[in-house]
Amino acid sequence: MSDKKLKITINGKKALCGKDETILDAAKKAGVRIPTLCYDERLEPYGGCRLCIVKVKDVHKPQPACTTRVKDGMEVFTETEEVRRLRKNILTLLLSNHPNDCMTCEATGNCGLQSLAYEYKVDGKRFAGETWDLPIRDDNPFIVFEPNKCILCGRCVRICNDVVMAGTIELTGRGFDSLPDTAFGKPRSLENCEFCGQCVSTCPTGALLDKKGMGKGRPYELTKVKTTCSYCGTGCNFFLNVRDGKVVKVTSDYDAPVNQGNLCIKGRYGYDFIHSSERITAPIIKKDGKYVEATWDEALDLIAKRFAEILAKHGPSSLGAFSSARCTNEENYLLSKLVRTVFKSNNVDCCARV
Amino acid sequence: MAGLATSLGAGAATNSLAQMHDIDTIFLFGSNPTEAHPIVSIHLKKALKKGAKLVVGDPRQTWMARRADVWLNLKPGTNIALINGIINVILKKGWENKEFINKRTEGIEELKAKVKEYDLKTVEKITGVSQDNIVEAARLYSQAKNGMIVYGLGVTEHNSGTENAMAIANLALVCGQIGRPSTGIMALRGQNNVQGSSDLGPLPATLPGYQSVKDDSARAKFEKAWGVSLSSDIGLKSVEMLDEAIKKRFKGLFILGEDPAQTDPNVHEVRHALESLEFLVVQDIFHTETTKFADVILPGASFAEKDGTFTNGERRVQRVRKAVDPVAGKAEWEVISEIATRMGYPMHYDHPSEIMDEIASLVPIYGGISYGRLEKESLQWPCPTKDHPGTTTLYRPPGNDNALHRPVLKAGRACEIYPPGPETLRRNCRKGISLHAYYRPDTRALQ
Repeated sequence: MSDKKLKITINGKKALCGKDETILDAAKKAGVRIPTLCYDERLEPYGGCRLCIVKVKDVHKPQPACTTRVKDGMEVFTETEEVRRLRKNILTLLLSNHPNDCMTCEATGNCGLQSLAYEYKVDGKRFAGETWDLPIRDDNPFIVFEPNKCILCGRCVRICNDVVMAGTIELTGRGFDSLPDTAFGKPRSLENCEFCGQCVSTCPTGALLDKKGMGKGRPYELTKVKTTCSYCGTGCNFFLNVRDGKVVKVTSDYDAPVNQGNLCIKGRYGYDFIHSSERITAPIIKKDGKYVEATWDEALDLIAKRFAEILAKHGPSSLGAFSSARCTNEENYLLSKLVRTVFKSNNVDCCARV
Repeated sequence: MAGLATSLGAGAATNSLAQMHDIDTIFLFGSNPTEAHPIVSIHLKKALKKGAKLVVGDPRQTWMARRADVWLNLKPGTNIALINGIINVILKKGWENKEFINKRTEGIEELKAKVKEYDLKTVEKITGVSQDNIVEAARLYSQAKNGMIVYGLGVTEHNSGTENAMAIANLALVCGQIGRPSTGIMALRGQNNVQGSSDLGPLPATLPGYQSVKDDSARAKFEKAWGVSLSSDIGLKSVEMLDEAIKKRFKGLFILGEDPAQTDPNVHEVRHALESLEFLVVQDIFHTETTKFADVILPGASFAEKDGTFTNGERRVQRVRKAVDPVAGKAEWEVISEIATRMGYPMHYDHPSEIMDEIASLVPIYGGISYGRLEKESLQWPCPTKDHPGTTTLYRPPGNDNALHRPVLKAGRACEIYPPGPETLRRNCRKGISLHAYYRPDTRALQ
């Protein structure tokens, strides 16, 4: 039977799981947190960072939870002294070549490396040695790459090649010189990058950043409002990040039924129009051939008066309305209701009728 | 909307996007999702990675066309000939799904007679697609375990857009590639709420929920709820309203979030019509070509400034949530209510959730939808009752309560641009990227 559940235990607690599940999947379902840095649910498991190692009973070496499939009767221990010691070593090595400038780093509060360093009480001092000192790449309007903060987890490269299939960046170089980069280190441009920001969304550190949101607030200072994109008909969800009445950033919603955290350039970066200086900010009335600002009461009274006059003089066939496929369901319904109840006709149409 | 509605019963995509991963043959027609619907393309790419076959019908050599097993590089405007040619091949080779056709469709003999005119030689001549490619496309789609047709504006935005959609519906029905997960027809919608704005009836012939203005019992239901008597005369379409305006018979127009002076065909005529109106009100978030003709311009609220719902291309009703205050203090739903009230029809809602409750009481396909439920889940219509889970796949076989009706056989967008462009082409919204980079005419399609 393909749907037969396997029985395992995690830290002594019983769990049921499907045969295709990994230890990490099973632990997530059981509410047990296993640390990861190279894992993103949008990507195939990679087993690169080794932070998810766990002890499996009767297996000699620690096993990576993200790539190890469960077996019936498996006994998993996620927090043994040995795996915690090994994880701490890995983190210490990562921090040995990291700027450790969390005070000014854009990712602070939203950084996997920072959270784990905090949890495992790691600092960057133990393994002194050569460190990267590479220039920051700030060559486009959307994505800033600070290579010194890269931990080579490969998430950006994998999401670009495996999910978006844009092929903009790849791991280049060998050993200490490895780096996710564009071909020949060329600046990102629309020739080779879609600027979907998927790489930024998956980066677990401050190496890849949304330029437009930089300096606009720490995660705990931002209010996240879950909403639906207003561009095409796909219906992606995301979070508008708001501070002091302004939308300063868009972040992924991994629970979104349509897009599972993925976004395109418009959804992720196309929000400037909300606070554009060219927005219409008050009602405007044409008086003697000139447009002048008016109050809502003036404008709405005039509209009601003029429509009522036309209706009385020329009848229902002389009035109508156009609705919009950009407006909400509720607004479309109300406009239809306005025409049918007040204008007394069915003269209402919408661009969607094709 | 109209094409699928005529052929299948509902003018809506039949399945859900998440099912795309398990497609065996993707038939992509008149759509360039890598540019126009990038997240849909991510779903399709997942299917490709799992080994799905890909047939692309497009005059342009798009990203998908370059990776297709069969690229049907048809001449623009020859969609129907190509699809009828494919149906003809399928019927001739006996690749059709006879059981499905017998049990679930009507009109196969008429279709057979019609598509006979489209033999391979003729179709090759009309469309420019080689005979081998037509046969291979027919085989890949008809013989797939799960074949899905995904089409975009390359199908609908034609003079014969409605008939194109019907031809596509015929193809799916002949092959029985409908009514199961990872099959069916997905129409990719250009705007966020094409589906919802059709569903909720700002349309001249139908009340909200595709209920005809000619249907006495439907009208009676709305008359009772709205407390007025309603006209049973089909209203004027937008083009007709403008024509009547030029003839000075149509005098007053309220345009909500539309820019016909920029986006409609024959803009000179449209502008002339707008000039001819006695009184024009336009509500929008930016000044547009259309606001230039307005007597009153009202500030609109952007999607970040109001609560509401959008219905996406797969019939999924999802929340829009207010993140910041409307720049001018009022959202459109408040403005419409105030105009109605000032004209003697009291209309008052404290919150858009109350409007949705009213919609649910009058529109059966939205019957089970409420903001309370949408906090916890998103629902694909039809969702007729409060305990209905919504419908991921339309036209499941009879016996399943999802079954609807008995079906009857009868320019490119760039990723970073959103036409007509009030949001994305505004200067300060594209800071740092040259305009050159935005417009990439694909000369190959013009050859």
